[in-house]
Amino acid sequence: MNVLMLVGIGVLAVGTFSLRFAGPALRSRFEVPERAQQLLAAAAIVLLTALVATSALTQGHGPAGVARPAGVLVAGVLAWRKAPFVLVVVAAAATAAGLRLLGVP
Amino acid sequence: MPMRSIWRTLDRGLARDIGLVCLADGVVGLSYGAISVGGGLPLWVPILLSIVVFAGASQFLFVGIVAAGGSPIAAMIAGLLVNTRHVAFGLAVSDVIGGGWRRFPGSHLMTDENVAFAMGQDELKQKRAAYWAGGIGIFICWNIGVVIGGLAGSIITDTDVFGLDAAFPAVLLALVLPALRDRSIRTPALVAAVVALAATPFLPAGVPVLLALGGLLFYRAEKPALEVAS
Repeated sequence: MNVLMLVGIGVLAVGTFSLRFAGPALRSRFEVPERAQQLLAAAAIVLLTALVATSALTQGHGPAGVARPAGVLVAGVLAWRKAPFVLVVVAAAATAAGLRLLGVP
Repeated sequence: MPMRSIWRTLDRGLARDIGLVCLADGVVGLSYGAISVGGGLPLWVPILLSIVVFAGASQFLFVGIVAAGGSPIAAMIAGLLVNTRHVAFGLAVSDVIGGGWRRFPGSHLMTDENVAFAMGQDELKQKRAAYWAGGIGIFICWNIGVVIGGLAGSIITDTDVFGLDAAFPAVLLALVLPALRDRSIRTPALVAAVVALAATPFLPAGVPVLLALGGLLFYRAEKPALEVAS
């Protein structure tokens, strides 16, 4: 069991590093034109936005309840109104924690 | 970029923001360590994963599957799927990481949070400082959190009580919002969010977010003003 565990962790570590290293390794070999660079930057933003949506609204394969989305919504409104970052993050956590204290899932 | 110049480039506000995210990740690390040991895994498993894999979502998935009696190989495959998004991040931030030997530690320190911090800065120098300070800070806090959580066992197993599950998306949202004020990015990003949400019930973790890259089909780079005028 321990050997299998070590193999699993080892391959995950090497695989994850390779996935992370692929970008820097490729781009130091080729000159990337300006428009492609814009597209790659856009891809990162698009991916992060999708990650915000799934981590805010889903848990596993189902919905994430009410408290977490509500917290993220409050954070989104504050961030859109250019509130300080610390306030945005603390408000998200406080909203979700407060709602749960009241029994909201 | 040497450490000294990272700290000189970071302005106080940005350093404070990064510090807050490091702290939050440290607390999530606490819960990850505690959940792993509480699920019956030996202490070295969560700690080793945190050092050599260093990718929170895949680590939670890995220990979740193994603690539930699943095979470490299945857990490894699930973890790799979740981490595929780093390919796109790496392509976007390779200039920020820098060349030569820096690519090795710089790649290992790549997380959603420090990539988002870097994308949120205007100049390359600031992007570099934010990326490296965020990466190093999160690595330290995360690993300390995991060790303490693993040793202490059941003190904090449920960070949802503190609303930390809402803090993580809030951090990323606050960091990408400035970019989303630009309509050329907003449309593909919104399409991506819808695609990822629609796919989540049906596909393994990590895949919906990859599919969401299809939103880029709606990306139109800003045309230079002259071209539009003529």
